Amino acid sequence: MSSTSLSPLHLAVALDGTGWHPASWREPVSRPKELFTAAYWAGLVAEAERGLLDFVTIEDGLGPQSSHFLDPDDRTDEVRGRLDAVLIASRVAPLTRNIGLVPTVVATHTEPFHISKAIATLDYVSTGRAGVRVQITARPNEAAHFGRRTVPRIKAYDNPADRETIAGLFDEAADYVEVVRRLWDSWEDDAEIRDAATGRFIDRDKLHYIDFEGKYFSVRGPSITPRPPQGQPVVSALAHDTIPYRLVGRAADIGYVTPHDADEARAIVARVRTEQNAAGRVAEPLHVFADLLVYLDDDPEAAAERRDGLDILAGRPYLSDALTFTGSPAQLADLIEEFQSAGISGCRLRPAVVGHDLPAITRSLVPELQRRGAFRRSYEADTLRGLLGLARPANRYAA
Amino acid sequence: MSKPLKQIHLAAHFPGVNNTTVWSDPAAGSHIEFSSFAHFARTAERAKFDFLFLAEGLRLREQGGKIYDLDVVGRPDTFTVLAALAAVTEHLGLTGTINSTFNEPYEVARQFASLDHLSGGRAAWNVVTSWDAFTGENFRRGGFLPQEERYSRAKEFLATAHELFDSWHGDEILADQDTGQFLRDAKAGAFVHTGQHFDIHGRFNVPRSPQGRPVIFQAGDSEEGREFAASEADAIFSRHATLEAGRAFYTDVKSRLTKYGRTPDQLLILPAATFTLADTDAEAEELAKEVRRQQVSGATALRHLEFVWNRDLSGYDPDGPLPDIDPDVSGDHISQGRAQVRMYRDPITTAREWRELAAANNWSIRDLVIETGNRQNFIGSAETIARTVNEFVQTDASDGFILVPHITPTGLDAFADQVVPILQEKGVFRTEYEGPTLRHHLGLAHPDGSTPGPRTPDATSAHSDTGRKDRH
Repeated sequence: MSSTSLSPLHLAVALDGTGWHPASWREPVSRPKELFTAAYWAGLVAEAERGLLDFVTIEDGLGPQSSHFLDPDDRTDEVRGRLDAVLIASRVAPLTRNIGLVPTVVATHTEPFHISKAIATLDYVSTGRAGVRVQITARPNEAAHFGRRTVPRIKAYDNPADRETIAGLFDEAADYVEVVRRLWDSWEDDAEIRDAATGRFIDRDKLHYIDFEGKYFSVRGPSITPRPPQGQPVVSALAHDTIPYRLVGRAADIGYVTPHDADEARAIVARVRTEQNAAGRVAEPLHVFADLLVYLDDDPEAAAERRDGLDILAGRPYLSDALTFTGSPAQLADLIEEFQSAGISGCRLRPAVVGHDLPAITRSLVPELQRRGAFRRSYEADTLRGLLGLARPANRYAA
Repeated sequence: MSKPLKQIHLAAHFPGVNNTTVWSDPAAGSHIEFSSFAHFARTAERAKFDFLFLAEGLRLREQGGKIYDLDVVGRPDTFTVLAALAAVTEHLGLTGTINSTFNEPYEVARQFASLDHLSGGRAAWNVVTSWDAFTGENFRRGGFLPQEERYSRAKEFLATAHELFDSWHGDEILADQDTGQFLRDAKAGAFVHTGQHFDIHGRFNVPRSPQGRPVIFQAGDSEEGREFAASEADAIFSRHATLEAGRAFYTDVKSRLTKYGRTPDQLLILPAATFTLADTDAEAEELAKEVRRQQVSGATALRHLEFVWNRDLSGYDPDGPLPDIDPDVSGDHISQGRAQVRMYRDPITTAREWRELAAANNWSIRDLVIETGNRQNFIGSAETIARTVNEFVQTDASDGFILVPHITPTGLDAFADQVVPILQEKGVFRTEYEGPTLRHHLGLAHPDGSTPGPRTPDATSAHSDTGRKDRH
């Protein structure tokens, strides 16, 4: 199958601890004792960059990981504890040159002003490779870590009775992204003038109050940090249903979705486009990425054996929200191309065991896709927007 | 017999957003691009400095209702830059100024613990306060904090952060791949804090970092600030320019330690210091004068006079005499987001004194602002500066200095190349780093080492109130 008629394929890897399978840390290839060191993360991102991937995402959360969807658990047999994702991304930025860095931030309990300048600064330290993945949390225990608000207890994210609560959290996240984006634009690119004749360092007419007033917060601005190199770093969000699709449609450059086959992919893309159009963003590029959990081996049977072995170690099968792929690089390349034909821009791969499946992606899957002419052979841009085919946007405040 | 020579501590303050920084100099580079920070940090590390220091302000300054445009404006996010600098340095401490008013302890503790992990134990936190509604307009809660509560919130914020850092003891992670036990203790990170400002509980999710807790700095000079430093801080960032003022401050703050059960070596006094270095003392004096004129343009002089007059003085000639009219003491201050203006408690008197001073010396507005402004702390040849710095430290006016160059990012280079070798020759400054962490550089004990005795595994009983925890 030829890919020439399609837009270029994009590939990302989602980094989370030793991998997405809860028993991944038990694999000999994993280095669980190094999880809290810079060298561990630098190694993973270097491997991803070796595979010419568009970007890595880094998971985060404002409480310990848990096997329950809403509450903490008391397990001692899985990885618990993590480092701040923005700081991991920043720590590895000077050690890499091309790959995009997309940390997760939780909108529900943090300040859009702080996050805006943090991601702008990540864009500076990476010279234009920053993105952010925005997440909400309905966990009562995480609210209790901050003590500023309570979140009504939900039964499930898709429970009709909890719709209002969930919609509120996502609406707040949309406002949050709006503030973050306005703050990125609150300095025009040429605001710093260093005019010795008048003694003015900036032209203050090119700095703008954002004067955001919303239901959840008001923010005056301007940012303390000048407009970042990309103008607007890349905003992304994971979405499984209408409410989060709306957030993607309103606020994001990339939505990560979880189709289980090409038909579902087509249907989800259509729903995301509906929300995008409803938000008045028809003309703006918006990538839809399919998330896939991957067990990748040259021999498909070896992949299946690894998966089963991990499930046995964990004492239960690991059920992902995303489609689980178990097989060979050629089979995965087939699936990715099938998704691509269904309107998916790319895939965000979640390695089941990062020590195994990340190198399998970079050293086997990528060459397979390259052989098919479906993936880049060298980095064609030095910013994340550039890799994603997104132009540097005009400043909303520029006259 | 004379006492043994004290070892000097030196730090590098990235040039800030006030008129000390001369952005108009042809050598002045970007204050935002990472390459500037990397150059500055590498210079400091090459010179074996203890740490790099970043200031912070959470709203751009305004004067007369407009964004102040004469100084450097804008800076990057503190945590994010420090994490990136950890990648281009190996030993240098990384000190960030982080506000205790417009942040929450759980998030800040995560960020500092993460920075400490990612830098291999080099994180430090300069705890500052603010209360104003002006800054609050950028945050969810607005101007929620009354002025008189800012230190009480700061103290409780720090105590709470310490409880979070201490909620992991350092031995919880087994990560035993054979037995399948990752955590030794299912309750790792459990905490409960109930107090006036924070009522939070749950599980902290960053395991104990190499330094246990970041090194704590305090920067305020008020009575409350001094007490806060004496009770809580590992180092104090002060502003005492003269030998006499430095000694008085040093004696005062160190004498406060006893009542908190602390010894003088547990709190370092590190004043900010500017310098002008040249081949000879005479050349340095000339250069220093020139720099002060660069720092105070005519426009800047008028704006600085407005700090006292609290009126729009843009119609005045900076090269002419001071205004005859008195300062406006009736209403809100013309300048916002600037702590400095609070120094002028009696503007009418200050204005009268300045008029007299200017008349007696035949000074223009600009002359007066230059002459009453801060002179560089150290002016001279490398020999002179090294001798003076050493004298300050050996006579207990400080334990070292946080140097503030006036040029970004190369303003530290000459000091590193010329002054530091002399201090090393005198045997008062390290020639190699002696340990990996900032605590090693500063000679501070690891918090675990200074808290012997059994630990309470259940943190809910160990951390129950707002008071200081036993740190000794």
